[in-house]
Amino acid sequence: MTLRDFIDRLLGRQPASAGLARERLQLVLAHDRSDLNPELLEQMRREILEVVSRYVEIDLEEGDVSLETEDRVTALVANLPIKRARPKPPAPDSDPSMAAV
Amino acid sequence: MSGKPVTSTQSRAILICSGKGGVGKTTLTANLGIALAKQGARTAVLDADFGLRNLDLLLGLENRIVYTAQEVLSGSCRLEQALVKHKQEPNLSLLPAGNPRMLEWLTPEDMKKIAGLLTEQFDYVLIDCPAGIEDGFKNAAAACREALVVTTPEVSAVRDADRVIGLLQTREIEPIQLVLNRVRPRMMANQEMLSVSDVTDILALPLLGLVLEDEQVIVSTNRGEPLTLNGSRSPAAQAYTNVARRLRGEEVPLIDPSKEGQGLRAKLGRLMHTKIF
Repeated sequence: MTLRDFIDRLLGRQPASAGLARERLQLVLAHDRSDLNPELLEQMRREILEVVSRYVEIDLEEGDVSLETEDRVTALVANLPIKRARPKPPAPDSDPSMAAV
Repeated sequence: MSGKPVTSTQSRAILICSGKGGVGKTTLTANLGIALAKQGARTAVLDADFGLRNLDLLLGLENRIVYTAQEVLSGSCRLEQALVKHKQEPNLSLLPAGNPRMLEWLTPEDMKKIAGLLTEQFDYVLIDCPAGIEDGFKNAAAACREALVVTTPEVSAVRDADRVIGLLQTREIEPIQLVLNRVRPRMMANQEMLSVSDVTDILALPLLGLVLEDEQVIVSTNRGEPLTLNGSRSPAAQAYTNVARRLRGEEVPLIDPSKEGQGLRAKLGRLMHTKIF
């Protein structure tokens, strides 16, 4: 926290806007560049969460799947806090080699 | 002439574009054109904004137009007849935009033809691109090998610049360099404006120039005399001159906006952004 943030908070003022501009831009550009609209991204997010939650119990409220962009390269970043492992993970029917691990 | 000679003997056709309107394309074209001419380079500026032409006005040449790119293309005049030579800076010539109705039939091939004629006679051909990413932009882009993208530290301008950069890259225009216009050091110090590194990180282009917000730009457009014409000491004049020098291969350091404000207010601004915990 900077001195300014601190004073802003004391006075109940809005924080400086440059950081907000940067975040909003990065988000909108990630969408522009990947041609994924928020609706499609939301659908993908739901499906990813569904798959992951078969294996571990995740915090659905905190789970976050987003597009991030750096150096004109866009990445899909998922941050899924794990509450606990599923007591009994589903049988890895699709990949038998994993069963031995 | 000071500085290194132009390394390439090849003539350079450079697109000046931004996507968004009103960020300073035409002002950059006029000032850069004059600055290059003053540095000894034979320079032509081509107004490719046929719908809303203004380059003639910023250069103070609006009353001297007889023929335009339209007559050159239709063959009703020679290129030399249409070119308007700047009186004070004879190294600079303007090829004016034609009638807005040209937009109905103009093709990328036409623009290539005009640019081809100009590159035979000039070292630098600066093409002032219209705003937007439609036909006007596509026609102008077809005529260029390299590009300067102008943007300002505002979300809309940066977003539009990003779109344009993507389109230029698919056309294999190279190099694409960035000019960051209308920088307000005090707002940057207060973190109320995207910083220089925010913009360059997001757009991932080399920064060719950084132009501070400068009231003298408006004064100079009122007069029809670009700031670079009369050796103005104003910050924008120096910035445009430096863009020209860098374009010609000279190494000129970029200014640091945080050092621009040396007053108490700027110092206080920096103090306010010191991490306290």
